Amino acid sequence: MKKMTMTQKILAQHANLPFVTEGQLILANVDMVLGNDITSPVAIGEFKKLSAGKVFDKQKVSLVMDHFTPNKDIKAAEQCKMCREFASDMEIVNFYDSGEVGVEHALLPEKGLVTAGDVVIGADSHTCTYGALGAFSTGVGSTDMACGMVSGKAWFKVPSAIKFVLKGALTGWASGKDVILHIIGKIGVDGALYKSMEFTGEGLHTLSISERLCMANMAIEAGAKNGIFEVDDITLEFLTYVGAKKPVVYQADPDAEYDEVIEIDLSEITPTVAFPHLPENTRTFDQIGDIKIDQVVIGSCTNGRLDDLIVAASILKGKRVAKNVRTIVIPATQKIYLEAMELGILKIFIEAGALVSTPTCGPCLGGHMGILAKGERAVATTNRNFVGRMGHPESEVYLASPAVAAASAITGKISQPKEVVAE
Amino acid sequence: MNANGKAIKYGDNVDTDVIIPARYLNTTDKKELASHCMEDIDATFVKIVKPGDIIVAGKNFGCGSSREHAPIAIKESGISLIIAKNFARIFYRNSINIGLPIVECASAAEEIEAGDEIEMDFDSGIIRNKTKGKEYQVEPFPAFIQSIIKEGGLVGALKNNVFGGTNQ
Repeated sequence: MKKMTMTQKILAQHANLPFVTEGQLILANVDMVLGNDITSPVAIGEFKKLSAGKVFDKQKVSLVMDHFTPNKDIKAAEQCKMCREFASDMEIVNFYDSGEVGVEHALLPEKGLVTAGDVVIGADSHTCTYGALGAFSTGVGSTDMACGMVSGKAWFKVPSAIKFVLKGALTGWASGKDVILHIIGKIGVDGALYKSMEFTGEGLHTLSISERLCMANMAIEAGAKNGIFEVDDITLEFLTYVGAKKPVVYQADPDAEYDEVIEIDLSEITPTVAFPHLPENTRTFDQIGDIKIDQVVIGSCTNGRLDDLIVAASILKGKRVAKNVRTIVIPATQKIYLEAMELGILKIFIEAGALVSTPTCGPCLGGHMGILAKGERAVATTNRNFVGRMGHPESEVYLASPAVAAASAITGKISQPKEVVAE
Repeated sequence: MNANGKAIKYGDNVDTDVIIPARYLNTTDKKELASHCMEDIDATFVKIVKPGDIIVAGKNFGCGSSREHAPIAIKESGISLIIAKNFARIFYRNSINIGLPIVECASAAEEIEAGDEIEMDFDSGIIRNKTKGKEYQVEPFPAFIQSIIKEGGLVGALKNNVFGGTNQ
């Protein structure tokens, strides 16, 4: 019998094949097709050209109005309206807008819409986030989304994989964000191009679901097709908690072939920052000088979860953000917003001089709610720091963890948490 | 089928945020998207691009966001082919799916210079640099990819039933 990676096993099962191998083109059944307010309008246009009449399964399509919402301008409003009408016509169950909204990749796991063993395609590159739950999930474009909505299928070229063996445990203020930034710095923005990144090893069990979601989220920043975590008790407990459908647990064959095996000692990871204009330009604090900043963003599909806000609040508690540093905190979903409110965390942010926004992708992609002017610098817990990503083409984004972002907000320059608070 | 035009050259890791900045993603109008194509790295692109022109770039072209608006903006600008060392995978998929031919060829990507007259024959997989008199051979597109390009994209191919999807 042929040996397979975890990703290959999921794909084989969804293509009704006993095995698949690297490079093979397959047509696979998908368990969820996702789109947002930017990518769905293009997909709806293509969907209409196919004259299908209805979606393949109204439970298995999710439309999340999160990027330019609350509608930032008339054109954005028109795009959301088009999605809303389509969702209504198609009786799409998982349509999220306004008071029910959240940043899509924080929202779907929270709603239990993804489970281990699923195949998910989403017209958003960070769809790879759900690999944290043991699903194969990958970003596609609007045409793939349209064809997926019609047929419930997608074509894939079966990927090879890089295996990341995690050992030890994180210490101090180091987080999942620092681990994935470290990995991208090591292998580069094309280091896993077309491949799977499979995470395993005893160290995996020390990482929370939030940390795993953050790490899988940024697999695309290394060019990967997907990032996927071995399923353990923590995964299963989370899936039960959110009421996800029954998980199907796949394990890579012990002697599956990998292009490369990389060992990561979590205990050696320290706070890491990606400098402009690529996520691979990572530096640790021994290589970071005095870099003054104008804005801090804490949020996004990468780091807008409750655990992230708790860490940021623990640093900001009783302190003030530096004068002229606009500090924007964006809970990723309405549920997170509410929980943060109940925990008194939003009060900490507001008393520290930060502002708290309703859930939105907003500034991460330079949409709205915190655009940078020419020459301005931001420390952001988001996922990309490309030219012009958060605003003016001559602005700069530094990617970091919620802890580093909170510390930087206080000092007004890129700072590590231990500069402002004890561990 | 072939592509024929002047080369417009870029470096490594050209991301979809610079191909079409998010501030313009509040529309799906192809002409409007094309009018901002490459704006954040090359403000001259929209002024110099002519129908048939060919983009030649380094590694990981199209990395980042899955926005299909990026290949749409490029195609609508008149670009007939992109040659790069390699492509980010979502961009690769999206380009094929909308019928924009793209090929990986490291030597051509390196040696072709801006302004060179380039021709590619999709059936044979031969890229010809007419200015420098040099040829490169790449793997021709398989039949199903050619059919997608001919039909102007995956939707056209599906609609006209020329896209065979079986697990062979």
